[in-house]
Amino acid sequence: MEIAYFPGCTLSTKAKGLDRSARASLQALGLELREIPDWNCCGAAFPLTNDDLRLSGAVRNLVRTAEMGQEELLALCSTCYNVTKRANRVMREDAARRDRINYFIEAEYDGHVRVVHLLDLLRDRFGFEALRERVTRPLEGLKLGAYYGCFLLRPAKEIALDDPETPHVFEDFLAALGAEPVVYPHRGECCGSYLAVGAPDVALEASYRILNAARLAGADALVTSCPLCHYNLDRPQREMVARYGGFRPLPVFYITQVLGVALGLDSSEFGFERHYVDPRPLLARVAQTVTAQ
Amino acid sequence: MSAGKGIPRALIIGVGIAGMQASLDVANAGFEVVLVERKPSIGGHMLQLSETFPTLDCAQCILTPRTVEVGQHPRIRLYTYSEVIGVEGEVGHFRVRIRRKPAYVNWSTCTGCGLCQEKCPAKVPSEFEEQVGVRKAIYTLSPQAVPNKPVIDRESCIYFLRAKCGACQKLCPTGAIDFEQQETIVEEEVGAIVVATGFGLYPLPEIGEYGAGQLPDVLSGIQFERLLSASGPTAGQVRRPSDGKEPKEVVFVQCVRSRDPEHGMPYCSRICCMYTAKHAMLYKHRVHDGQAYIFYIDIRSAGKNYEEFVQRAMEEDDVLYIRGKVSKVFQQDGKIIVWGSDTLAGKPVEIAADMVVLASAIVPDPGARPLAEVLGIELDENGFFREANDNLRPMETPRPGIFLAGAAQAAKDIPDTVSQASGAAAKVLTLFQPWRSEETH
Repeated sequence: MEIAYFPGCTLSTKAKGLDRSARASLQALGLELREIPDWNCCGAAFPLTNDDLRLSGAVRNLVRTAEMGQEELLALCSTCYNVTKRANRVMREDAARRDRINYFIEAEYDGHVRVVHLLDLLRDRFGFEALRERVTRPLEGLKLGAYYGCFLLRPAKEIALDDPETPHVFEDFLAALGAEPVVYPHRGECCGSYLAVGAPDVALEASYRILNAARLAGADALVTSCPLCHYNLDRPQREMVARYGGFRPLPVFYITQVLGVALGLDSSEFGFERHYVDPRPLLARVAQTVTAQ
Repeated sequence: MSAGKGIPRALIIGVGIAGMQASLDVANAGFEVVLVERKPSIGGHMLQLSETFPTLDCAQCILTPRTVEVGQHPRIRLYTYSEVIGVEGEVGHFRVRIRRKPAYVNWSTCTGCGLCQEKCPAKVPSEFEEQVGVRKAIYTLSPQAVPNKPVIDRESCIYFLRAKCGACQKLCPTGAIDFEQQETIVEEEVGAIVVATGFGLYPLPEIGEYGAGQLPDVLSGIQFERLLSASGPTAGQVRRPSDGKEPKEVVFVQCVRSRDPEHGMPYCSRICCMYTAKHAMLYKHRVHDGQAYIFYIDIRSAGKNYEEFVQRAMEEDDVLYIRGKVSKVFQQDGKIIVWGSDTLAGKPVEIAADMVVLASAIVPDPGARPLAEVLGIELDENGFFREANDNLRPMETPRPGIFLAGAAQAAKDIPDTVSQASGAAAKVLTLFQPWRSEETH
C-alpha cells in the first residue's frame, strides 16, 4: 500500500524527528510514503487570511498529488493537514473559487484527492485493531495525554476528524499502542500558536496551563502531531520552571515517535536529543518497571 | 346521528398541563373526551417542577387537584401508557386506533397499595427524577400518580431478564400482577383532535464542552428542579449527585443550545431566563451562604410580573448575573471549572464551582414526528407542530378538526400553555355546538 506524502516545511527543518519516525513507522506497517515532488509550503495561514492567493500554494501540492496518480495525500503536521484539507474542500465545493485558483496556477484540479492525517489513515484505512496486533513493544505503564490542539479538529464541519468537544480518536490510537490514555480538560485548547513570537508571555501561560492540566490528570507525557505546538510546549518549559512554582517538566512526544517505539523500531534517528525535555529517561524507566513486573 | 352532524367527542393526545386544561374545558362543557398519554400517569413536566415562576407556588400543590379531577371526571376516558397509532377519517368522524402497552399489572384489580414497589429489588434510574433519583422495576411515576397504578419495566425487571424473582406477584394482595399481559388495541370515534404532546430537552450527552453527561455535578435545569422539589430524591435539599455535599458555588448557564444555530436550535426557548432566575433564587433560599452565578446573553422576562421576579433574584437574593457565554466546563482538583466571558467587562471569567446547571434548549418531543405522520399534519423547520397561521390561527393545524395546544406547537411557559389549551378547547367546542344532541344537555 502506498500513499502520497506531504512533509511540509517544519518537518524538513525543526521537526525532523516527526518526519523520520513517521517514515520508519509507516514503512514498518507496510505503508510506503511517496513524497510529492517539488512541493511547497502549504500556506500555513488559511485560518488567518482565507484568500485565493494563499490557497493556491496548498492547491499546487494537491495538483502534484493528482499528477502522481494518487488519490490520498498524507499530511502529518496539524497545520498542513488543516490548511490542505480546507483548501481541497474549497476546490471541491466552491466552483467560482475553483475556477479562479485553477486559472491562476494554470491547473485543472477538482478537489478529488482525499487529505488524511496519520490518525484517520490508521483508524479508517489500517484499523486500530490491526495496529494493535503489529505492536511489538506495547507502551505499558505509560500514561499519555493526547494533545489535539486547535487545527486537528476545527472547524468541525470542514475537518470532521472527530467531535471537537469530546474527541477520542487520538486516545484510541494511544490505547492501540498499549499506553494508558489520560483525558485532561485542556487537550483541545490552543498552545498559544504564533503568539510565541509577538506575545511570548501569553503563549507561555497558555502552554503552561495545558501541561499543568495534563500533569494534574496524571499524565507522564504529552503527544502531539503539530510542530508549532511542540515548539510551544517543549522548549519554554525551562522558563516555566523558573516562573511557576512547583512546575515539573513533562516530555512532549511526536505522535509518530510513540508509534515507532511501540513498533519496536530503532529510535536513535527519532530526534529525541533535540527535545528540551528528553523523553528517553521516561521510556527507559517505564520499560524497566514493566520488565521488573 | 343525522346527516351533517359530527361526533361531539374529542381526542386529546398528551396529558400535561395543556392536555389537562383542554380536556377539562371540553368535558366541563358537557362533551366526552378521550385522553391518551404515553407515560404511565398524567401531569407531564409540570408535575416534575418544584415551584413555579413568578409566584413560587408549589407546582404539585396547584396541579394535583387537576390531575385528580381529570382522573375522576365522568366524561373523560383516560388511556395512560398508550399511544395513538392510527387515525382515519376527517373532521367530525375520526376513527382512532390506540395501542395500550402492557403494564403487566391488571389495573382493574390493583388497588394501588404500593407494596410491590416497596418490595421490588430492582432499582434503576428514574425517568421522572431525570436520572438523579431511582425507581423500581415496577413503578409509578410519582407518589401522586393518576392513575395510581404501577407498570413493570421489562428492561429492568428481574423476572423478565432472568425468569427469577417474581416478588411482586407473590406479594400482591389482589393477584394483579400478570407477566403474560399483552398489548391491546382499542378503537375510538371522535369528531376533533387536540395535539398536546409537549416538549423534550436537548440531550445532555451531546453538550460535550460543558462536561454534560460526563461530570455528575453538571445538571440540566429539570434535574436541578428535582433536587429542589420537596418530593424529589433529596427531599428538596440541594445536594451534589457525586458526593451528597451541599454546593456552595453554583453556576447557572442560560441559552445552552438555544439561540445557537451553529450547534443547536436557532430559537429562544422562552422559559429559561425565568426558571434560571427561579433556580438561583430557590438555591439561595436553601443555601444562605452559597453563591449563585448566572451566565446570560440577554434576559428575556416578558410576562406579567416576570421582570420584577428577575430583579428580585438580583437585588434580594444576591444572584450574580454575568453577561456572556460559557465556553467550557471541566473538572480539576475536585472543582468544576467554568470558563466564560463577561462581555460587559470585556474579560474572561473563571469560576471554580461545586455544581453547574445548564438551561438546555426546549426541543420537540421525540414522538412528534411519528405522531405527525399518523395524524397527517406537518412539523415546522424545527420539528414542532406547524400551526395553520402564525398570527391568526396559532391553535389550529391546516387539517380541519385537528388543533394544537401548548409546547407541542412552540416553546412556551405555563400561563401561555394553559391559555392556548383553553383556546384549542374553545375551537373544539365551537365545532361541537351544532352537533350537540338533545340528551347531552
